[in-house]
Amino acid sequence: MSRAIHTQGWFWRGLAFIAAAIVIFPLLIILSQWGIVGTGEQQIWQHLIDTKLDRLALNTLWLVLGVGSGVILLGVSLAWLTTICEFPGRRFFEWALMLPLAIPGYVMAFVFLGLMNYAGPIQRFVRLEFGQDAWFPDVQGAGGVIIILSLVLYPYVYMLARAAFLNQGRRLLDAGRLLGLNRRQAFFRIAIPVARPAIVAGLALALMETLADFGAVSVFNYDTFTTAIYNAWYGLFNLTVAAQLASLLLLFVGVTLVLEKQSRDRARYTQDGAQNRSTYHLQGSTALGAAVFCSLILIMAFLIPLGQLLVWMLEAGFGELDARYMGFLGHTLSLGAMAGLLAVSIAMLLAFVRRQPGSILARRWADLSIRTATLGYALPGSVLAVGIMLGFTLLDRSLGTLLTGSVIALVVAYCCRFLAVAYAPVESGLEQVKPSLIDAARLLGAGPGRLLRSIYIPLLRPGLITAFTIVLVDVMKEMPATLIMRPFGWDTLAVRIYTMTAEGQWERAALPAVTLILIGLVPVYLLIRSARRPV
Amino acid sequence: MKRAIHITSVFLGLTLLAGCSDNTSQQAEATTSASSHAAQAVQDDKTPELHGPVVVYSSRQEHLIKPLFDRFTEETGIEVQYQTGEDGPLIARLQAEGEQTFADILYTVDVGNLWSAANKGLLAPLNSPVLELDIPAHLRDPENRWFGLSVRARTIVYSTERVDPSELSTYAALADPKWHGRLCLRTSRKVYNMSLVATMIERLGAEETQRIVEGWVDNLATRVFSSDTLLIEAIAAGQCDVGIVNTYYLGQLQQENPAIPAALFWANQDTSGVHVNISGAGITRHAKNPAAAAKLIEWLSTEEPQQMFSELNLEYPANPAIAPVALVASWGEFRQDDLNVETAGRLQAEAVMLMDRADYR
Repeated sequence: MSRAIHTQGWFWRGLAFIAAAIVIFPLLIILSQWGIVGTGEQQIWQHLIDTKLDRLALNTLWLVLGVGSGVILLGVSLAWLTTICEFPGRRFFEWALMLPLAIPGYVMAFVFLGLMNYAGPIQRFVRLEFGQDAWFPDVQGAGGVIIILSLVLYPYVYMLARAAFLNQGRRLLDAGRLLGLNRRQAFFRIAIPVARPAIVAGLALALMETLADFGAVSVFNYDTFTTAIYNAWYGLFNLTVAAQLASLLLLFVGVTLVLEKQSRDRARYTQDGAQNRSTYHLQGSTALGAAVFCSLILIMAFLIPLGQLLVWMLEAGFGELDARYMGFLGHTLSLGAMAGLLAVSIAMLLAFVRRQPGSILARRWADLSIRTATLGYALPGSVLAVGIMLGFTLLDRSLGTLLTGSVIALVVAYCCRFLAVAYAPVESGLEQVKPSLIDAARLLGAGPGRLLRSIYIPLLRPGLITAFTIVLVDVMKEMPATLIMRPFGWDTLAVRIYTMTAEGQWERAALPAVTLILIGLVPVYLLIRSARRPV
Repeated sequence: MKRAIHITSVFLGLTLLAGCSDNTSQQAEATTSASSHAAQAVQDDKTPELHGPVVVYSSRQEHLIKPLFDRFTEETGIEVQYQTGEDGPLIARLQAEGEQTFADILYTVDVGNLWSAANKGLLAPLNSPVLELDIPAHLRDPENRWFGLSVRARTIVYSTERVDPSELSTYAALADPKWHGRLCLRTSRKVYNMSLVATMIERLGAEETQRIVEGWVDNLATRVFSSDTLLIEAIAAGQCDVGIVNTYYLGQLQQENPAIPAALFWANQDTSGVHVNISGAGITRHAKNPAAAAKLIEWLSTEEPQQMFSELNLEYPANPAIAPVALVASWGEFRQDDLNVETAGRLQAEAVMLMDRADYR
């Protein structure tokens, strides 16, 4: 019996190793670019150091700090309100507040700037009312980008924090209240520390996407590390320096994640099993305030961009709506679903293997490979896409396969990019599973396969569904990898949006954008329904 | 004997390689010889059978190429497949695929990327009398690896309410302090501005160009814009008075609102002429269907497709014998800079660094 379990353990570990290797391979290709430092590369590096590297670093730092505070403020407060409190409209906001997830950042940025810039309707109105020289805040500055990215990215924190608050149950908070903590104290001293792994996981996702973002920052012309990567590539025709800059970004993210993990490694937070929702019934002005706050965020992050897109859609007409449109829809959904399933399976596998007993060395390796495998999310999309594509062409050349430009390659590419997104909810769910439960099952003779089937998957169901939904929606929005790796004729809605926006024809991009948002609603709705049910 | 082998290999290349991508040295050789014979084959009109589709990697948007390709298929029976995307990744993909590539043609919206692809050895020369006749020499590669098919003129746009066109003259003159706080520019990250500054470096020298670009930056009314359309709207709304844009962006806005208070001024008419960029194409080195690819590029330089370029995107036909559509023609005639557009690619990196040093963002 024990030998069978042992071999089974190796089987799972081997499988996890292969999965991780596939995802890590493109990263290695990018890192390998450090092997190339010719005079051209040296000149460019010297130029960057002389002219703008310090400004870029500072800009990026501000962006990370700003968006980081923004998503925590929005994500945690909204999650707290919709899970622990009771106020009019809570059940609606509970799911509606996830909707901004379906809005691509660059669309949001463009809508915002279109409305708020000098030539836009709001400033025109202000000038009309208060004269030509009326003061208006500088919307194109750092503040504007931070607000936009916070509004688009807070759902990551919101979703993960929500799941954590739901899992905390009421006993912990009740205990706090018995000890004389008031509402605010219970929030800051119990709920937040216990939900910290989940909040940090959501924050990490939001910040990695911020670092990788090119679309929104270029609408604002806000120079970051990522814009420098693209400038080296597209402007200076030097993909090597671009990859080198990108790997610095990876290093930064890797170190930050390790530091954070170490700072909370000792503490364990597990669920206490009670699924009853603890509620604070908000009264009077507090309840009104909560509803107003939630509405405001929903309006800014979802209704305004959607409204503007709808206006554009009506202006541009439905000329785009040809016979191929159903095809775009089908491709978008099926690619999303395939990538979602695969990414969640890999994430589950990795998280599970990491918890398998084994030598310290084996565990260290598992830890390291998982950490590396999830870093891809911080890379600017096109750079990672090229790394993946190079990997596949290398494979094709040496094995004679025809993977580049196949659906398989594209789905694997999505997994490389979004594994972090799938892993975070799974891992933060696992953090809350009591180790004693697993130990008990093991003592009773359950092998890894049985553990996975009978304990992990059922217990992690909400986390797995969350992971699947986020990956699905992210894949539907994904552009760079889709553009470069899609099979002939496999255009998706995101590709349609790109085609139109490449030359600034935002009106014509509205129809695919609205469609994308609308079909993004379906998984979000299903997610909420499943999250409501007790596990 | 040698000739016989050649003919067989051309035949092999055209039939076997058309659809599949098997990769043996013999077939690779066949492809190369096929491409050097492509032009001749088309010229002789004793075309070998053009099997399989022509595959195009394109950074030109689908709605601007599909109508053209559809017409081509109607006329010749040759199917065209295309993959749209961004230039950088498309070129990286072409390079990575090497001999295995499906692509017969690379189609871009600026000369810099064509130059870069040719420079990486990804494009094969095409000696075509048709193209030499239709496309002016300064709009194609001196080594015939790529050809401009439509022309994008980048010139000065001004507010008809606040600027008298007699105040305007050259791009360089926009650095004059009289435009302080009145100039709008698009970001230097856009390739159109890189091309413009690269051309200025060739014409005026790096030092003078840097002085001019610094003057522009001093004159800026506001932060740089992310698109020409936003820039023109800012001029119309009164945020600034002059700017530099590609003409078709104003055309698009004029189609929506003919009364928009902004107009074009043809820059540098007394000196070097208006800066032009091209959208164009070249045959890939490892094309599987080079004869059909050559036929497509040649066809695109002829009357009907040249007119379609102008109709679809308000660009200028590259073929000087073809007149643009009425709206474009209404902007008047102008003298274009006859410096080979290849300059823009060759000096692009230098231009980017110069703009960085001048703090043009």
